[in-house]
Amino acid sequence: MDILYLLVPLSVVLAFIIGAAFWIAVEGGQFEDLDSPAIAVVADDDRPVGRPPPEAGS
Amino acid sequence: MDCRHCGLPSPVGAVFCCPGCEAVSSAIGALGLGDYYRLRTAPAPAPPARGEELSGFDDPAFQASFVRAIGEGVSEAQLLIEGMRCAACGWLVEHALARTPGVESATVTFGSRKVRIRWSAASTRLSAILEAIRAVGYVAWPYEPGRVALVEERERRSALRRLWIAGLGMMQVMMYAVPAYLADAGEMTPDIEQLMRWSGLVLTVPVVAYSAAPFLRGAWRDLRLARLGMDVPVALGIAVAFVASAYATAAGSGAVYFDSITMFVFLLLGGRYLELLARSRAGRALQHLARLEPRTAQRLLDAQGHATEAVPAARLAPGDRVLVRSGETLPADGELEGPEALVSQAWLSGESRPLARCPGDPLLGGSINAGRALVLRVTRAGTETSLAAIQRMMERAIEERAPWVAAAQRASGAFVAGVIAAAFLAGILWWPVDPDRALWIAVSVLVVTCPCALALATPAALTVATGALAQRNFVVARAGAIERLATATDFVFDKTGTLTEGEPRLVAVTPLGRDDEPRCRALAAALARPSSHPLDRAIARAAPDAAIAGARDHASVPGDGVEAWVGDRRLRMGRAGFVAALHQHPVPTLEADDSVTTVWLGDPTGWIAALRLGDALRSDAHAAVAVLRARGIALHLLTGDADSIAQRVARSLGIAHVEAQASPARKLAYVRELQSRGARVAMVGDGINDAPGMGQADVSIAMGGGADLAQVRADAVLLSNSLADLAAAAQIARRTRAVIRQNLAWALAYNAIVIPLAFAGAVTPLLAGVAMSASSLLVVANALRLRR
Repeated sequence: MDILYLLVPLSVVLAFIIGAAFWIAVEGGQFEDLDSPAIAVVADDDRPVGRPPPEAGS
Repeated sequence: MDCRHCGLPSPVGAVFCCPGCEAVSSAIGALGLGDYYRLRTAPAPAPPARGEELSGFDDPAFQASFVRAIGEGVSEAQLLIEGMRCAACGWLVEHALARTPGVESATVTFGSRKVRIRWSAASTRLSAILEAIRAVGYVAWPYEPGRVALVEERERRSALRRLWIAGLGMMQVMMYAVPAYLADAGEMTPDIEQLMRWSGLVLTVPVVAYSAAPFLRGAWRDLRLARLGMDVPVALGIAVAFVASAYATAAGSGAVYFDSITMFVFLLLGGRYLELLARSRAGRALQHLARLEPRTAQRLLDAQGHATEAVPAARLAPGDRVLVRSGETLPADGELEGPEALVSQAWLSGESRPLARCPGDPLLGGSINAGRALVLRVTRAGTETSLAAIQRMMERAIEERAPWVAAAQRASGAFVAGVIAAAFLAGILWWPVDPDRALWIAVSVLVVTCPCALALATPAALTVATGALAQRNFVVARAGAIERLATATDFVFDKTGTLTEGEPRLVAVTPLGRDDEPRCRALAAALARPSSHPLDRAIARAAPDAAIAGARDHASVPGDGVEAWVGDRRLRMGRAGFVAALHQHPVPTLEADDSVTTVWLGDPTGWIAALRLGDALRSDAHAAVAVLRARGIALHLLTGDADSIAQRVARSLGIAHVEAQASPARKLAYVRELQSRGARVAMVGDGINDAPGMGQADVSIAMGGGADLAQVRADAVLLSNSLADLAAAAQIARRTRAVIRQNLAWALAYNAIVIPLAFAGAVTPLLAGVAMSASSLLVVANALRLRR
């Protein structure tokens, strides 16, 4: 069980890292808009620019 | 077939309803963003007029207020997007901007209709970006957040950060605490146990020091000012538990409660965050107004030509002449220079039907030009406009502390003192019985009591009510207005402009010759149409446009009337003598009525009609008065008009107390008299002529539509001029009072039950935190009911 002496402090460090990540996310405005991302996933536009769009209703 | 773009009916065989939609749709297609049509859940807005001059946006002086330089040649700005209806709109704008050369990033926030863009100043200009947005069918304005919005934004962000940190801390600390709960004695080595405790301590430090900082700071501020706010017991509970647990950790013996501390902080912050969201939703009405103001105006360069330059609306000055195209928003208050126009004042009255306006009529900034292009001569711009005045009123009401809130906070001070004493007492009493548990019972007592519910009960309800009232066009300008409106026992009404329309209306047409009534109206309207005299305007308005006969050769005789030809009939309208000169018939006798003005219509063969114009009662006056009376409110009518008119209005509405020919000083005395008999008086007037009486009344309500809003001094303003809205507002005020009472009753009952339980040691600190947060949330949820 000696590994616990490493893992438990490691989990503390990890928690701090996750906390910092959340902080950066909030600062970056990632929680400002929770509606658009839902759309952005459905409509990924990897299609090269210039290719004609599909007809509506198709 | 419906238009493929905006969904409006389009001509037979056409895919689009208009060239504008077609242009926008092909622009979307050319960008490869046709997915928009598949993703959207609402039809697109009608496209904006094209070709508007946008170069005014590139003026560095104008940009100074909202564009920030954020590094090597890169600028950032926030724009408000008008016309976004579903999340797909946001997607469309974002991607259209991403494909605009020079734009480095564009992030759309659909909820607030904003886009944050960064662009390279070297390769593009702001006007090109605005044009790109316009090309896909939306209008963008620079976004300059108001004071309230700015504070709210900052508050929300820091609340979210604190909540995240507390949540993370809570979960991880729980991981270290659970093994100690589950393990049997001796199963964990002392080393491991100590390691877990230290880990918990390390993670609790940021939760206490950062997440709980608002409570600690609030408590410190209260203590320094020698008063007891609701943060004090919370902070005390957190501090005592933390210090004791930290001591136990360092000493290596005794109980630790890091899990309880972090969870308590998390739940408290969660409750506050939800409250913040609710409050910002209530404040939307305010932002909605800010969104109405256009940011630029088309200023006419010379008196004759139509050459214009784009200038920021805030920089318009009185006397400027501004061109407002069809569908555009008026950039400032002013007078209509011409031509005759249709404007929608929906922002003010909620009535979207356009109103006809004649040259010389006042127009309000924020209204929409629903007819042809018009020229506006600016009288007030920038912060002087009525729209700005209303925004200031609402901001002030939100910032001011209402008397009820102050009272609740005083009461909670006493309550908090009691709680601290009780916690202390619990600790002392338990010490001889069980020294181990004494401290934790004291902490439980501190935590479980919910001064929050007491102190939250009132402000939450008032904030929500302010938003609900604003939706009914009732703007609260003074924080105490809602509570005083709820308790008003007497309503004192002014007559002209309050119970009545305040401007003449055609109330009766008596045909005197061969023509029937509709024909008489049409003839009269034909004669009245070119005139701008108020009586003539009223006559012209009373006939449907299509029915008005064509008249020619108008000749007006000032003071007497007007003469014109309709077909081959020579007609005169005006004073009896003027019309009688045409045919020499005696003037017919009509029922005497001194509240109306009679206008006669005749031709050379005799009389055609008598038109009676008067100041008609508002259509909703009867219903609104009935609602107030049904609630047991005494109604009074005070007017400067003649007695007979006042009596007639009062009789028709069923108002018992009438006083006519009242001077402003007399109105003041009347209100004082009522108050000296113990009445709480609400006075409804136009806010300018009744100022003394309204200042004396417990709560004053001004009819805001049309009045000079910047001059109005009242506790509340009824923007729609609708008495039905007034009755609804009185109803909401009463419900607000009821909700506040329920909230206070709940808070008292809750505390009466849980404090003895905690005192008896039946509540752990963790359970105490949960119970207290749930109670706070319940109070907020109850307040939110007022929105309906």
